[in-house]
Amino acid sequence: MFFNSLLTNFAALEVGQHLYWQIGNIRLHGQVFLTSWILLGALLVFISLGTKKMENDPKGLQNLLEFLWDYIRDLARTQIGEKVYRDWMPFIGTLFLFVFVSNWGGALIPWRLIKLPSGELGAPTADINTTIALALLVSLSYFYAGLSNKGWRYFEYYVHPTPIMLPFKILEDFTKPLSLSFRLFGNILADELVVGVLVFLVPLILPIPVMFLGLFTSAIQALIFATLAAYYIGEAVEEHH
Amino acid sequence: MLAFNFFGATEGGLFDINATLPLMAIQVVALTYILNSLFFKPVGNVVEKREKFVSNNIIEAKNKLSEVKKLEADLLTQLQSARTEAQRIVSEAENESDKLYKEALELANNEANASKEKARLEIESQTLAARDQLSKQADDLSELIVNRLILEK
Repeated sequence: MFFNSLLTNFAALEVGQHLYWQIGNIRLHGQVFLTSWILLGALLVFISLGTKKMENDPKGLQNLLEFLWDYIRDLARTQIGEKVYRDWMPFIGTLFLFVFVSNWGGALIPWRLIKLPSGELGAPTADINTTIALALLVSLSYFYAGLSNKGWRYFEYYVHPTPIMLPFKILEDFTKPLSLSFRLFGNILADELVVGVLVFLVPLILPIPVMFLGLFTSAIQALIFATLAAYYIGEAVEEHH
Repeated sequence: MLAFNFFGATEGGLFDINATLPLMAIQVVALTYILNSLFFKPVGNVVEKREKFVSNNIIEAKNKLSEVKKLEADLLTQLQSARTEAQRIVSEAENESDKLYKEALELANNEANASKEKARLEIESQTLAARDQLSKQADDLSELIVNRLILEK
């Protein structure tokens, strides 16, 4: 009996329901784009405000943005290496900012107050399409980075210590995007579900520590995603001797 | 109902992959270019300009410091050489005065010796002369005595 009611509760969370937009033949998850546009708009406004009047002695927002820039540079530099990190820093930084803003935006803004005809607003990274898109971009990037930096010698990487590694390295090209996308998707969705269920069951106080934990996980996931992306690119451009 | 919503649903579901994926990818690529021109490039320029400024200043300060140290060492050697020079001059002057003193002493000694010798010679000659005169007077006197004795007889 209880189990049954829990199931209906889950159903009330509307897991796996989407707001479909139909454009010609293609169908889109509207709620993902809506939240991502709102969050990215906020991010861009924030950044334009911070970089509007840049000074040599940073003040206010510029300080924060410079700290962020420095953080991303350190991340890209340690993972990719001194030689080519500059080319990839914007991409790594965008991944970090996009994932971070999506995760935190999904966790901090009470989207549930906005009623949609179907599905509900939430973190864009809680949708498998978004995370697979990000992961595939990372895969394309590291292939491109390896090929553009080392040409055909990039494929030496597949047989690098010994040719025995070849099947495993090929397998890695599939597991990398798979693990990247599912890690992010799973973490963010699980966080949303846990908070949702707890709010549904005990609407007071109890969900707050879980929400904080969710914020922590969200930030960590953004860091992990960006670090791994940078690491894969670094691995592809690394010179073997 | 839940299972239907969760997996493999024809309509909806957690793993419902559709055109959202490529569009989201395009959106992220576009965001990369926008953020690059809005955020990474301008902030990078400012930060790197400042880092360059700071490192230039540090290099300049280091150069100045080494210059100061060089000058200090230079000054120290100059001071040292001046000190030894002064010592040399002082000892030279001491030697000089010593020599002069000895020379003057010798000169005075010689002069004194010479005048002493002269005086001795003079005394000797005068003694001789006096003795001569004395013996002559004695002769005269004896002659006189002899003559008188002869005359009285």
